[in-house]
Amino acid sequence: MTLLTIAIDWFYVTEKILLISAVLGVSLVIAMYSTWLERKVAAWIQDRRGPNRAGPFGLLQPLADGGKLFFKEEIIPSTANKFLFILGPSMAMLTACMTSAVIPWGDVLTIAGREVSLQIADINIGVLWVIMVVGMGVYGIMIGGWASNNKFSLLAACRGASQVISYELPMGLALIALFMISGSPSLKDIVEQQRESGIWNVFLQPVGFLIFLICAFAECNRTPFDLPEAENELNGGYHLEYSSMKLGFYLFAEYINMFISSVLMATLYFGGYHFWFLDSLGLSPNMVTILGMVILFGKTIMFIFFFMWVRWTLPRFRYDQLMKLGWKILIPLALVNMIVTGGVILYRTIGF
Amino acid sequence: MQTLTNRAQPVDRRPMTFWEKMYLPAIAKGMGITFKHIFKKKATISYPEEKRPFSPVFRGLHVLNRDEEGRERCTACGLCAVACPAEAITMEAAERKTGEENLYREEKYAARYEINMLRCIFCGFCEEACPKEAIYMTETFAPSNFQRKGFIYGKDDLLIPDPKHPLTVTKKD
Amino acid sequence: MSIEQIIFIVLSSIAIAAALGVILSKNPVNSVLCMIICFVAIAGHYIMLNAQFLFIVHLIVYTGAIMVLFLFVLMMMNLNAEIEPQKRNWLKYAGAISGGALLLVLVGALREASLPAINAGASSDIGLISNLGKTLFTSYVVPFELSSVLFLSAMVGAVVIGRK
Repeated sequence: MTLLTIAIDWFYVTEKILLISAVLGVSLVIAMYSTWLERKVAAWIQDRRGPNRAGPFGLLQPLADGGKLFFKEEIIPSTANKFLFILGPSMAMLTACMTSAVIPWGDVLTIAGREVSLQIADINIGVLWVIMVVGMGVYGIMIGGWASNNKFSLLAACRGASQVISYELPMGLALIALFMISGSPSLKDIVEQQRESGIWNVFLQPVGFLIFLICAFAECNRTPFDLPEAENELNGGYHLEYSSMKLGFYLFAEYINMFISSVLMATLYFGGYHFWFLDSLGLSPNMVTILGMVILFGKTIMFIFFFMWVRWTLPRFRYDQLMKLGWKILIPLALVNMIVTGGVILYRTIGF
Repeated sequence: MQTLTNRAQPVDRRPMTFWEKMYLPAIAKGMGITFKHIFKKKATISYPEEKRPFSPVFRGLHVLNRDEEGRERCTACGLCAVACPAEAITMEAAERKTGEENLYREEKYAARYEINMLRCIFCGFCEEACPKEAIYMTETFAPSNFQRKGFIYGKDDLLIPDPKHPLTVTKKD
Repeated sequence: MSIEQIIFIVLSSIAIAAALGVILSKNPVNSVLCMIICFVAIAGHYIMLNAQFLFIVHLIVYTGAIMVLFLFVLMMMNLNAEIEPQKRNWLKYAGAISGGALLLVLVGALREASLPAINAGASSDIGLISNLGKTLFTSYVVPFELSSVLFLSAMVGAVVIGRK
């Protein structure tokens, strides 16, 4: 569809390339500072201070950690499959970065008469793309875990894969109920629909949001669902054999995933860049767009904080409990939620 | 059986109610507790800038004391070495020669006096045993070191500076 | 040559190379990975046809779920080229003959086929999700519902087997 326009419209290409670099840069920086925030939040919750030596408030700590990872010795086990061993972390990083393509970071900016949409690709399939990328994210874990040629890594990889596959189903079902309300799987449409009605989807779909939240925790391999990296059972999980920046990629991918899930939750259920009365303040459209972007990031950071807060509060699930929760509780709940939503929508349109 | 305190709680083995089985209220309660902790006073003391105050009876690194005229008080009687439960103290005695009266108070003095800080348990028995009030414990730590021999403190490490003859202190035995 | 043709050729050669990799690779895990690459390349063709929904469903279902299960099983069994049992010779010949016969049939069928249907402009929006949904729920509602009943019975069957 866009192939011909790409060949002609160089403004469009530069605009998109700039946008992609900006989004990539922002997600990397936020992932970097998520590690800092994680340590800070952990410290605060445990009545400690957290990193405060490198720079003011320890703000240079992520740089120091990155530098440390870069200078560590790069070890590839002699019995490992070398190509797949390197492919694993690369896949994890690739899939983590791919999701941000469909997220609307803001409304339209008008720069020198050109309307610049702050969304890389407003594709028709929107959220389905996210589900697809999440599904592909399993490969990073599985390939890395298998290629390490280590039974603990393999066990962790199997756990990770089955966990992600199991929790994809309730997540998809919860999203279907959301699509019924918004009438479109495009993220931009979902945000605009919330903006027009002024009612965030979380008020219409509280159960759906809860299911999505739990599934997001499971998909990101975060506590209480961090079984693939359960260090007291699996010696560190699927990245047991990894060192240096390859390990860094795995850890980084986890934080990027967390950031992206936070943005998604903010977009799907909390109105994205919409905030009440923002449109009626009488500001110029560009100003409203920029403020909306700031609001989206605010919501995102709230969710990132929530992820960390949960991590340092709840203990880890046992594996059978995890599967029971996914298959016996979340999927029936999501199905009931979907049917009830459909029924209510039918009642309101037809009135029986 | 009579319990020592009356605080023992019997284990509640009733099956969970539906409300409890939802887990969410309990999770919310736990999250509330951790959230409260964010605003609590931090227990950490940022060490090099801020030091924890020592109690007045703190027992730290040893020093060997001198008298008012700057003479060493220690007579190498060995009572501190006997009292030491960790056997960290060794010494060699020597006789004072004529002309050394301004250096040593008694006729016998410690030519070599060593405390192994890796063995020392900082119990303070040496301080109590000393009849001449020669050994005291200060309010400092033994600093870290890369080698074991750095922790064997000799006389030149332990003796306090001579108030009258500051330069004569660093005499190697 | 237009840009679409270049992309088509690149995608097709990737797909064919990966498909050859599936059958030629000694290591079963490499086979599965080649198959994933092949699927992704085919998904690229769906995008070229502007069949976005088909593209995404293909990726979700095949690469995201089915191939993960394949990989899962292969990794658990940990098959290696060394411990793989020796295949009998007649099996190889039988496979080659049946595969060759299928190829002949396909080539024979495609040689006579004309290609009038490919005009991108007229039906370029049919692959979008709303059009596809409307078509499925109006013109093809009976087969659609029948297939959903089939899936439901498969699911129930899986649950029943799982219960035992």
